[in-house]
Amino acid sequence: MKILTVGLNHNTAEVEVREKLAFEGPKLEEGLLKLKAIPEIEEAVVLSTCNRVEIYTNVKDADKASEAIRAFISEFHGIDDRLLENALYYYRDKDAVRHIFRVASSLDSMVMGEPQILGQFKDAFEFALEKKTTGVLLNKLMRKAISVAKRVRTETRIAENAVSISFAAVELAKKIFTELQEKSVMLLGAGEMAELAAKHLISNGVKEIVVANRTYERGCELAKEMNGRAVRFDEFISEMVHTDIVICSTGAPTYVVTKSQMHTVMKERKQKPVFIIDISVPRNIDPEINDMDNVYLYDIDDLQGVVDTNILERTKEAEKAERIIEEEIETFLRWQSSLDAVPTIIALREKAEAIKKEEIQKLINRIPTLGDKEKKAVEQMATAIINKLIHPPTAALKEDSEDKDSLIATIKRLYGINEKS
Amino acid sequence: MATLTFEIALTLYFAAVITGIIELLKSTKTTSKVMLFLAGIGFFSHTLSIAYRYIAAGHIPISSPHEATSFFSWCIVLLFFLLEIRYKIGLLGSFIMPVVFALMLVSAMLPREIKPLSPVLQSHWLGIHTLFAFLGNAAFALAFGIGIMYLVQEHYVKSKHLGGLFQRLPSLQSLDEINYRLITIGFPLLTIAIITGALWADTAWGSYWRWDPREVWSLITWLIYAIILHARLMAGWRGKRAAVLSIIGFLTILIAFFGIKLLGKGMHIFP
Repeated sequence: MKILTVGLNHNTAEVEVREKLAFEGPKLEEGLLKLKAIPEIEEAVVLSTCNRVEIYTNVKDADKASEAIRAFISEFHGIDDRLLENALYYYRDKDAVRHIFRVASSLDSMVMGEPQILGQFKDAFEFALEKKTTGVLLNKLMRKAISVAKRVRTETRIAENAVSISFAAVELAKKIFTELQEKSVMLLGAGEMAELAAKHLISNGVKEIVVANRTYERGCELAKEMNGRAVRFDEFISEMVHTDIVICSTGAPTYVVTKSQMHTVMKERKQKPVFIIDISVPRNIDPEINDMDNVYLYDIDDLQGVVDTNILERTKEAEKAERIIEEEIETFLRWQSSLDAVPTIIALREKAEAIKKEEIQKLINRIPTLGDKEKKAVEQMATAIINKLIHPPTAALKEDSEDKDSLIATIKRLYGINEKS
Repeated sequence: MATLTFEIALTLYFAAVITGIIELLKSTKTTSKVMLFLAGIGFFSHTLSIAYRYIAAGHIPISSPHEATSFFSWCIVLLFFLLEIRYKIGLLGSFIMPVVFALMLVSAMLPREIKPLSPVLQSHWLGIHTLFAFLGNAAFALAFGIGIMYLVQEHYVKSKHLGGLFQRLPSLQSLDEINYRLITIGFPLLTIAIITGALWADTAWGSYWRWDPREVWSLITWLIYAIILHARLMAGWRGKRAAVLSIIGFLTILIAFFGIKLLGKGMHIFP
């Protein structure tokens, strides 16, 4: 029983390679069943996302199994073996457990702490359960990984702060307004990042979207794409009276909104708060507007600053998470080694019982005149001897110890117990 | 028993303040629960202490400065729990329990003997008038706490350093709305308290209004909150301005309350 992980992720393989190696749709089932059919492999789980492909297995011999899995990947996806050389990583035993815990807890993710991975991890496990490709060891390991991930999430703040500019904008919007459902957003000018931020706001429930672009036609297109409404660019100031969030990214060389214009807008809005995100460079909104009451203006540098602090925060939290994981690895390994010891204990007892029977039989054959009473006494004595003899090794096997594997091997060797499977 | 339960309440409120501070410095899921638990048991004990005094004195125990301050903090805790049930405002306890504890501490330092009520105060008006006044002022106390939370959160958003309590404080809009809600609750209560006070004064002394210092300060408080509401509806004074005004408003209440009770003269002072 050995845990082996073979995989690749965004650090080891380019997206072109990852795409080719993904187990998507029907390929997942096919791949999983084929893996399970490899004689070296006893249990298998396949996790395939856009950032990683990982194969978690319980194998008899890690060397042979590593070879077999690599050959399988190359054959299954029709990829040159050499391409895999640098992409694949292999982890065994404790390292494999650590890697699996880190993946589930999102410590190994491209954006550390991102929450999707745990869901994908659960899906991968459930799929394997459904296809019956897992057994005692992987079931326990996967469940443990999920509980570790949950522990990391509740005990550290690794997933708390936004680490991309558009998410930081959404996070801020949520701390300025109660319900985004009743808010409207205006896109002033269009740009990739502005659109992305707008889309995040929409997916967080923003009610209405208005697009004001210099070229009206382009604005209409964009508005249609986002189920919004287009207005002419020169009308945007009057539109701001009814808009709660403004995302500005025009290519204008100067300020398109000045302080005095903003004063008028705020007066007409009856000072209802407004959140302005100016992601244009050079800036399009007079930064002094931020000094006005109920106006919150963030430019691209401000948002980047928020993101940087959050990333720093996450790195700190990651250290805590790693400590939790180390703790959990120990509990898991203890469980695993107890699992290893049980068959040895049984084998030891069976062996002793067999010797006892054999010797008693020999004695009876040699001295046929023995009465029932004597036979019983001899048998009791023999039982007492074997019990006393196998007690210390049994007790040692049941104990937790660092070098359990070698202990099991030693006991097997000393008592001449052969591997059954 | 009144004394013992009062001391227990005081101690538990103090423990709640400490937990509230720990909650601010280092958040764990348990600290806020522990704080609510301590404050809850404290409130229970506090209620008992007021009930004992009620039985002993035979009227609502608000006639000595000790009783009045204690009753005032009781009203604040009551409203705090109602607010907590309704809105579940993160960290509110950390901001409001110190106010409660400070008031309780003042109350603890004042003489506690139960004196017979002067005949002029022996009236049903006593309960009605003071209950409205205290509940109204308690609503303003909570608006004060919410106002401070607003300023803290606003500072994070404006300064663009989103560390510290930013994540755990509610959004600016909800703080502003709750602040407004509290003032719209407190203001009518205060208005009724002033009216019932005037009616009572008429039956007791034969005139509605006598420019007693307490009356003057009530009027000032009433005017401040009237301005807050008016400015909000007419000129859109919300957010930071509303928060600052509600802080000023509550400080005025404290001046009125203690300034007159402890130093001043007039019919709200009970020799």
